[in-house]
Amino acid sequence: MASSGLDLLWVSAPQLLTGAGRTLGISAWAIVISSLGGFVYGILRNLGKPWLDRVLRVYLELFRAIPVLVWLYLFFFGLPIFLGVSIPAFWCAVLVLSLWGASEVGEVVRGALRSLPRGQREAGLAIGLGTVELYGRVLLPQALKRLTPPVINVYTRLIKTSSLAVLIGVVDITKVGQQIIERTYESVLIYGFLFLFFFFVCYPLSAASRVLERRWSH
Amino acid sequence: MTFDYSFALSTLPAFLKAVGVTLQVGFIAIATSLLVAIVNACLATFRVPLLWRLVPVYVELARNTPLLIQLFFIYFALPTIGLRLSGFSSAVIAMTFLGGAYLTEILRAGIDAVPKAQIESGLSIGLSRWQLLRHVVLPQAGILSLPALFANFVFLLKETTVVSAVAVPEILYTTKNYIALYYKTYEMLAVMTGLCVLLFLPLSLLLGVLERRLQHGQFGS
Repeated sequence: MASSGLDLLWVSAPQLLTGAGRTLGISAWAIVISSLGGFVYGILRNLGKPWLDRVLRVYLELFRAIPVLVWLYLFFFGLPIFLGVSIPAFWCAVLVLSLWGASEVGEVVRGALRSLPRGQREAGLAIGLGTVELYGRVLLPQALKRLTPPVINVYTRLIKTSSLAVLIGVVDITKVGQQIIERTYESVLIYGFLFLFFFFVCYPLSAASRVLERRWSH
Repeated sequence: MTFDYSFALSTLPAFLKAVGVTLQVGFIAIATSLLVAIVNACLATFRVPLLWRLVPVYVELARNTPLLIQLFFIYFALPTIGLRLSGFSSAVIAMTFLGGAYLTEILRAGIDAVPKAQIESGLSIGLSRWQLLRHVVLPQAGILSLPALFANFVFLLKETTVVSAVAVPEILYTTKNYIALYYKTYEMLAVMTGLCVLLFLPLSLLLGVLERRLQHGQFGS
């Protein structure tokens, strides 16, 4: 039984790898885009422009309050009828996860920037730095230590949430697993494998986040 | 594109029932998760042999895997080894597995935050370890972790949307069902979004207010 299980995984390896590539592809795109978006959001919220703040707050509250799966359905089923465009399920998942991730990363960046002593900003302005240099050379480098551990936690959540892509029809690792089960009925083996797959991707990240947080907590 | 109001209205009774199911799954899962967390906290505090070492293993396994996979494992894989569960039971069990781990972490942090002097005073007036936990540590840890607990209750309630994947007739499952049956995508997406905004947005906003309030409280003390 054990050896036949391993055989099945071995035989299905090419298929599983394609699925894993798709799952990790969604996660990777979402991580990159939400990091960029999150930094832009965090900085914009720090500029202290009331109208901008209001718009971004609405964006934040909507993505924080409404579950990701609801957004997935809205974009996947809604875009074709509301805007007349239909995007492939893969990119739909990337888009929704990125928008959600950017709001989460953004709040972390905003909090980290706010926690810096006000003197840093004033000193930077006093020596005549422009906004770009002030953030690029003074504020963000200092905020980086404080924001890295929680941002890594957002990444693990993005990877876990990418599993929802199967529900809008992406042929990700879960779908590939289901196809193998349809052929072989080995559901314990396959779902056990999927469970461990996500665990071995996410655990190192959350462990790293914890170590960094402890190391930099002073 | 016209909005078919009479059709949207005709689905309302089904959607009201779906909201009921969402709340039911959510609240049961919150209660059982809390129970799991308290038991785990006791196991860890009393260093119950063997078991207290398993608590972190469970927490890491549950926190680093997606709810959807946990749910599929319980609903699709367990029957092949003789344990057949309904969609509803699978949903509650999977959410308890996930939620229990999150709440365990929070309670543990809360217990760590109870001042040492409290525990030493308790011991010095002759409380047993159980009395100490019940009357001194847990009440204070509970208050300390209240904001984080509440945040996770809201998180769990939102996660109930995932259990639509195992045919639990909550809001999303009902939406998908109606879309498949009548192709009224526009109307159903509107109803789904409306209900989710009504249900989750106030909770989410309340959570924000609560967190800001408690931060102010911390500065004052």
